[in-house]
Amino acid sequence: MSAPPATSRWGWGNSGVKRRIALAGLVVAAIAVATWAVGASQVAKPVVAIEKPGECVEATEVMRREHMKFLAHQRDRTMREGVRTKAHSLAGCVDCHASSKTGSVLGAEGFCQSCHDYAGIKLDCFECHASQRATPAPGGRR
Amino acid sequence: MSGCDRRGFLGTAAAALAGAALAPGIRLIDLAGARAPEEPASDKVRWGMLVDTTKCATGCDDCVRACARENGLRDTGRPRTDAQWIRKIDLKDPRRGRQLSAPVMCQHCAHPPCVDVCPTGASFKRADGIVLVDKHTCIGCRYCVMACPYKARSFVHEDLAGQKPEVPRGKGTVEGCTLCVHRVDRGGGPACVEACDAAGHGALVFGDLNDPESAVAKRLRELPNRALRADLRLDPGVRYSGV
Amino acid sequence: MAAIIHRELSAGAWRFYGPLAVLGALVAAGFAAFVHMEVNGHVVTGMDNQIVWGMPHVFAVFLIVAASGALNVASVASVFGRVAYKPLAPLSALVALALLAGGLAILAADLGRPDRLIVALTHFNFKSIFALNMFLYSGFFAIVGVYLWFMMERRMNRYSGAAGLAAFVWRIVLTTGTGSIFGFLVAREAYDSALLGPAFVVYSFAYGTAAFVVALEGACRWDGRPLDPALAARLGRMLAVLVAASLYMTAAFHLTKLYMARYDGIETFLLAAGGTYTALFWLGQVGLGGVLPLALLYTPGTGGRRSGVLAAAVLVILGGLAQMYVTIIGAQAWPQPIFPGWQEASPFFDGEIHPYTPSAPEILLGVGGVALAAALVAVGLKVLRFIPDPCIDSSSPQPINPPARPR
Repeated sequence: MSAPPATSRWGWGNSGVKRRIALAGLVVAAIAVATWAVGASQVAKPVVAIEKPGECVEATEVMRREHMKFLAHQRDRTMREGVRTKAHSLAGCVDCHASSKTGSVLGAEGFCQSCHDYAGIKLDCFECHASQRATPAPGGRR
Repeated sequence: MSGCDRRGFLGTAAAALAGAALAPGIRLIDLAGARAPEEPASDKVRWGMLVDTTKCATGCDDCVRACARENGLRDTGRPRTDAQWIRKIDLKDPRRGRQLSAPVMCQHCAHPPCVDVCPTGASFKRADGIVLVDKHTCIGCRYCVMACPYKARSFVHEDLAGQKPEVPRGKGTVEGCTLCVHRVDRGGGPACVEACDAAGHGALVFGDLNDPESAVAKRLRELPNRALRADLRLDPGVRYSGV
Repeated sequence: MAAIIHRELSAGAWRFYGPLAVLGALVAAGFAAFVHMEVNGHVVTGMDNQIVWGMPHVFAVFLIVAASGALNVASVASVFGRVAYKPLAPLSALVALALLAGGLAILAADLGRPDRLIVALTHFNFKSIFALNMFLYSGFFAIVGVYLWFMMERRMNRYSGAAGLAAFVWRIVLTTGTGSIFGFLVAREAYDSALLGPAFVVYSFAYGTAAFVVALEGACRWDGRPLDPALAARLGRMLAVLVAASLYMTAAFHLTKLYMARYDGIETFLLAAGGTYTALFWLGQVGLGGVLPLALLYTPGTGGRRSGVLAAAVLVILGGLAQMYVTIIGAQAWPQPIFPGWQEASPFFDGEIHPYTPSAPEILLGVGGVALAAALVAVGLKVLRFIPDPCIDSSSPQPINPPARPR
């Protein structure tokens, strides 16, 4: 029966390990530099086209940072308690911000999507929620 | 949106529904006075429905088609994986030969097995008795589909597009009849009941089970009725008469 | 008697990396299946609104149940003091952890929204046995991890009894919980039974011991050192008792349901008229998983030999997979009785038997999970000292194989 090898249990010589780690590090660094050099210039800047006059429900700077917080809080109140105030409702956002051309907040120049693409943050809402502006219900809800 | 618009809408809707009533003074969708949008649902109300199968014709699927229209359910040609929130079940008593048909949807139980088994609490019962799926928390494990005795839940098997703004639905989550909660919160009633009314059948009565003067409570006092699978003691909000 | 020492797997480079690469390829195939299902939705599988839990669940629940039972050998050593099994206890813990990891990986991959795993780990409905099971599974990893540490570190050996007891109690609770996932469901006539929790505990003993025997034989052959036949025979005797106990639980479950008129339909379906399910029950669960292994293990010639015990273990595993198929998919094939006593027909397939054909992505997902478990065991064997040397029955007076030089 064979005895275990006398050198490191993986069977590599120790100097070989250091060389391999240095090589791996170099490759990672090269990829990182290449990605940074090529990638940064090719992501389209977001298209922020405010078509509806008037103000958003919150200040722009607040909205940029906190809109998910408002939406997350509102969605629980709407879902669990049935509170349907308009201020932070997603449908309200879509209604105002949907593009007049496509009627949607998605698409390369969509209000939501272009910013999210630029920031690299996955936009999950519209897996389920309508991204199109709602047509007014008969009798007018607004 | 101002209060005037809301009341105006309700006034119009009430008049329309009164016109669709089957007998003078009886409205089949009771408008419990719409809640203000900022008011949460309350447990003083319990929404429920009566299905009078003696008025339910075999082959009629007005309720099913209305539900699909209202909630954006599409027929993809793959019925085994398509969602169905309400369906007509054709029944036959094998020994005695009697045949009838009844619509079955989520029964909005007071003790829902689907709520008990949901690991994240996505399947939940609202204060006013409507059982819903919070799709923000649903992980798509389908345990509630296993647990429901009425086969009320469907799993969304493929990408969806063109959802109705008031009815978000998405791939990988589970869904079922919501009693048209988006309409109920505005003071209306489910689309199935409205369609059955509009066609003049009158098999479905919706309203507040806790209000003794509501149309549904009155009918439940008059007609013999039962819960489906009453042996399970789930206390559903949907009751059936004639079967 | 020579001292038992443990050492790493001594398979050389190709002999180790070759099989590991095969396992890795299977895991990659499972991952590809997962991506396919995640991107396109479950419509690409054989599952539908009638059969919502398919092949992935069959594999996953089997692995999870076997994981709990794989700790059996360690429990028998630490908790019940059987000296013969002490050298095998660390490997038993490793196999338990690996099988659980494989099973949970399949379950997570089969979720409709696997990207929401964080939600599942932060939002708990404590009334749900599913949610409670998540705690039990995490706790299992922690407790068995600690138990393994105590067994492998000499200074901590004296605490391994306590850790073993904790692990033993934990896995009884865990497996009862796994069985209760099904047993608590009143909606399905094939479930709705308090017996399913305990039945799964007994099944876990059998499946886990069988899985351990396969892992042990595999490890010893891979190491190039045969397992002591006396030890194999001992494991075989234990396996036989556990298989008999499993048959008993199955009999008790079905005989009870057969007694009750309201379960006539489902019992006739499963035991007589269900086509695939009936065949899998009698030929698979009872035959391959019960009667045949018992015959093998109690036949004087084969029962004492390593090949006989290994064959019986493989059969028990096949029988276990058949049992999971019947339990999980057979129960869904039978429609919910919404109007008992009435014949039902609808566009939503009420009142009819629901057909199911496993699809390739589902099977790949399941096989990928099994391969993941095997790969974890392989890496563990190579990196840490699990293989007892000599691989002998340590309660017998003389070593059969000469021991290797201690390190």
